[in-house]
Amino acid sequence: MSTYETIAKLLAESKDLDVNDIRPEMGFAELELDSLDVAELVMNLEDELGVPVEIDESLRTIADLVAKVDNAK
Amino acid sequence: MKIRSFGHALPAQEISNNKISEIMDTSDEWIQSHTGISSRYILSGDETISALGAQAAQMALDRAGLSVSDVDYILCSTTCGEMIFPSTACLIQRKLGASCPAVDVNAGCTGFLYALDMADAMLARGHMKHVLVIAAEQITRLADWTDRATSVLFGDAAGAALCEPGDGLKAVHLTAAGNADVLYATMDGGNCPYTEPKQKAVPLQMAGQEIFKYAVTQSSKDIHHVLAKGGAKASAVDHFVLHQANRRILDAARTRLKQPAEKFPMNIETHGNTGSAGIPVLLSEMMGDGRLQAGDTLVLSAFGAGLTSGAALLQFNI
Repeated sequence: MSTYETIAKLLAESKDLDVNDIRPEMGFAELELDSLDVAELVMNLEDELGVPVEIDESLRTIADLVAKVDNAK
Repeated sequence: MKIRSFGHALPAQEISNNKISEIMDTSDEWIQSHTGISSRYILSGDETISALGAQAAQMALDRAGLSVSDVDYILCSTTCGEMIFPSTACLIQRKLGASCPAVDVNAGCTGFLYALDMADAMLARGHMKHVLVIAAEQITRLADWTDRATSVLFGDAAGAALCEPGDGLKAVHLTAAGNADVLYATMDGGNCPYTEPKQKAVPLQMAGQEIFKYAVTQSSKDIHHVLAKGGAKASAVDHFVLHQANRRILDAARTRLKQPAEKFPMNIETHGNTGSAGIPVLLSEMMGDGRLQAGDTLVLSAFGAGLTSGAALLQFNI
C-alpha cells in the first residue's frame, strides 16, 4: 500500500469519509480537520508505518504529508 | 502503601466559556469542540492556592477520621507554587496547623504520581504512619491570557490523598525526558546588576500538536507498562483516571486502550485542566458521590512539563 493509500485509509476510518472522496491535493481545512485531527492522523500514521513525522507549518495538504513521510522513510 | 481517602477544594469563582468570550476572540462552541471544556474555576485575588490545599487536606483527614497531629509528612505537587519560597507545602502546613516536615514536588502535571511514588518510599522505611500527598495548582496565573489557544484550557484546584502503610499500591511507572521546547514557562531575570542581558518572564508556552501526540502515545505506553508490572489486565480495572488535560486527548487515549467509555471518569468539562490536581480532585469527587468504593482497582495516568509522564496501578483503601 502506498503512503497516500495508507493516509486515505486512516482518514476514511477516523473521519467517516469515503476513500474515493479524498484526493492528494486536498487541504486539511477542506477536509474539516483541525490541528488536533492532523496530530491524530500523523500519530496513527507513525504507528502504521513506524516512521517519525514532525508536524510543522508546511504541512497543509495530504500531498505535503505524503512527501514528508516518503522523505523520512 | 495504600490511599485511605481523598479530599479536594475549588475556588469560588466559576468562569464559563461565554464569560471568556467577552474578553477575547473565542466562543463557547470553539472551546467545547477543541477541548471539551465548558467552564473552569479560577482563584480570585483574595484566595490563595495554599488555602485550597489546606481545605483539600482537611477533607481527606476528616474522611479518614484522623487529625492533623496524625500527619507525619506533607508532600505538595505544584507546577506554579504560591510563592517562589517558602514552599507551598510549608504554607499549607501552617494553615493546617501541622508540625511535620513539608516539601514541594514539581514534575509538571505528573507531579501527583511522582509524589505518590515518593510517599510509598517514605512509608516503606517504616517510621511513618500517614503521609499527606497534596496537589495544589494555580496554572491560570502562569497562562498567557493573550493566547486564546492555551489560556482557555486551565483552571485552579487542589486535591489531596491520605497515604498510609498497606498493599493498595501495586505498581508505579514514571518517566522523564528532558525537553524545555514544547511546554514551558520562565521567570524574569531579577535585578542583579551583573546579570545582562536580563531575561523577561515568559508565560506558559505549549506546542499543542506535539503535546497531543506525546500525551496519547505516552499514556498508552505507560498504562500498558504499569498493568504488566502489576500483573493486571485492563479488563479488571474499574476506573482509568487520566490527567484531565483535554477531552480530545482523553478520547484518543481511550480509543487506543480499547476500554469502555464508562471506565474513564472525567471532570474536564466543568474544571478545565487543573494540572497535577486534576486526578486527586476527580477521585475525591468520586469518593464523595459513591462512584469510588474501597477495593476498586484504579489506573492513574498523567503527563506534563519535563516532559514527564507516569502511571500507577492501585486498589483504593486496601
